[in-house]
Amino acid sequence: MADAMTSNAASAPAKTLLLPGDPRPPDLHVDVRTQELQINMGPQHPSTHGVLRVAIWVDGEIVTRAEPDIGYLHRCAEKIGESVSCIQYVPYTDRYDYLAAMNNNLGYCLAVEKVAEVEVPEKAQYVRTVAVELNRIASHLMAVGTYGLDLGAFTPFFYAFREREEILRLLEWICGARLTYNFIRIGGVMRDMPAGWAADVRKFLDVFEERLDEFNDLLTHNHIFVGRTANVGVIPPDMAIRYGLTGPNLRGSGLRYDLRREQPYLLYDRFQFDVPVGTGLKGQVGDCWDRYWVRVLEMRECVRIIRQALDQMPATGEIMAKNVRHLAFKSKPGEGYFGIENPRGELGYYLISDGGANSYRSRIRAPSFCSLSILESMLPGTMLADAVAIIGSIDIVLGEVDR
Amino acid sequence: MGLFERSLPDVQLFKIADLAVNWGRASSLWPMTFGIACCAIEMMAVGAATFDMDRFGAGAFRATPRQADLMIVAGTVNAKMALIVKRLWDQMPEPKYVMAMGACTVGGGPYWKHGYNVVKGIDKFVPVDVHVPGCPPRPEAIIEGVRFLQRKIMAKRVLAKGAEGTPDFTGISVSPGTVGILEPTVRMPAPPAAPAAEGARA
Repeated sequence: MADAMTSNAASAPAKTLLLPGDPRPPDLHVDVRTQELQINMGPQHPSTHGVLRVAIWVDGEIVTRAEPDIGYLHRCAEKIGESVSCIQYVPYTDRYDYLAAMNNNLGYCLAVEKVAEVEVPEKAQYVRTVAVELNRIASHLMAVGTYGLDLGAFTPFFYAFREREEILRLLEWICGARLTYNFIRIGGVMRDMPAGWAADVRKFLDVFEERLDEFNDLLTHNHIFVGRTANVGVIPPDMAIRYGLTGPNLRGSGLRYDLRREQPYLLYDRFQFDVPVGTGLKGQVGDCWDRYWVRVLEMRECVRIIRQALDQMPATGEIMAKNVRHLAFKSKPGEGYFGIENPRGELGYYLISDGGANSYRSRIRAPSFCSLSILESMLPGTMLADAVAIIGSIDIVLGEVDR
Repeated sequence: MGLFERSLPDVQLFKIADLAVNWGRASSLWPMTFGIACCAIEMMAVGAATFDMDRFGAGAFRATPRQADLMIVAGTVNAKMALIVKRLWDQMPEPKYVMAMGACTVGGGPYWKHGYNVVKGIDKFVPVDVHVPGCPPRPEAIIEGVRFLQRKIMAKRVLAKGAEGTPDFTGISVSPGTVGILEPTVRMPAPPAAPAAEGARA
């Protein structure tokens, strides 16, 4: 016994405890110590939103250390950006943040257009806005639906997917694909809106607003859901800035920063919309519920933006810039960075061009990657069951983390 | 089971028993929740209300390989992930089936040429039963893949003797209503005669 105790004490500091009412003298310590245990969450785990492995060390039920292990979905994004021409690379951008493929198309095309100095026609910009915002709703629906799923609420997932399928139907109508669109091209968009599409989008928006209320009744204000998420995983504003968080994760901490407002691209300076931030309605500012709530509120803002874009859109107009020759596209020599507001935060493409068809260097600034880096300092001290709630609340897409 | 199945006479009784066993296996496939990349989103769409794979008896998604018999590999598998996929396949109980979903798992897909890290097809390390191409495949394609797999399972021989892959249920009259959606009289195409030298080495 004594040997065992000393050998254990050598490896870990002994935690001794004398239970109250113990008849033994106080110098004889009863050894009740817990052992640190390492568990692996992932890469095959239903709540990691892809193939993320988090090595978690727990002491009892308290997480003492957490290390995300990434790279299970590394798909050579930046190297391919150098190997294929700018035009050919657009479909690849679909596959990085596959929940918001339209936004990825847009970010890359805007970066190339900035370097190559391409002027995009007004009509194309409006079509882009509508498509991107519809895609943002679909992405947020996925985020909130699967967040309920992570926490054990199965039904909201079906409600979220019902609306999502409607959006996918609309996007499929305009570009022919459900998930990987390749719709926004360098210099404009693939094709104009089909006849009747705008009316259908409006019809969907009317229905969607009502159904969002239904969704709120079902999940947002659900007592159990609030109990699992409020006051859990609080990110203070200074910590959010330090880790470079953007998007709903940053705004959930109460910081009003949206690239659509701060550095308007496309035609966002023409639209009226609010930038919702976390206010600590159910708990503290910056907890999991706030981040979730920001996403729900953002969907309403998307609806507002789409309505305004459809109202302001000119009936006819060019949808592709005149000076882009797609078969022999060559960028101008130079470099440029363009960041857009992805559903997950600032998605930036940094391109260097030497004047050829390919980029000399193509670097992607992925918002999920920055969000993921905060796990290491957020998880220690929380309960193990809350780890799932925290990972779900930062809404990562592993295709974008690993690239 | 190997000893048992080889020592039995080829009688109609065992054919009917086979039909029952296969019908049970084909109509209650339990897929594993295992999304890797983009295709996982379409796999979730198949599980959701609009496409509802439960209609075809394959909607009970399990989170652990030990409870599943169908592994839908949904997404790009790279060198780091391939080991995990293999381990998951090893952990699944027999009989087990693999569906390669999406162009990446079928043969590398868009990453075939420049994707230095991407495994060019998962059939390099696990036996694939159904390939479902597409980038990503539509939910209807996944359902078609599951239906194909069910037909394939229906054509397997469990108790009755006979050559592998050449099922013959023509002597049994089963109306389609008895087995629901499944057609029991599916004939698998005869395997092409492979060159002897290559086949022996492999």
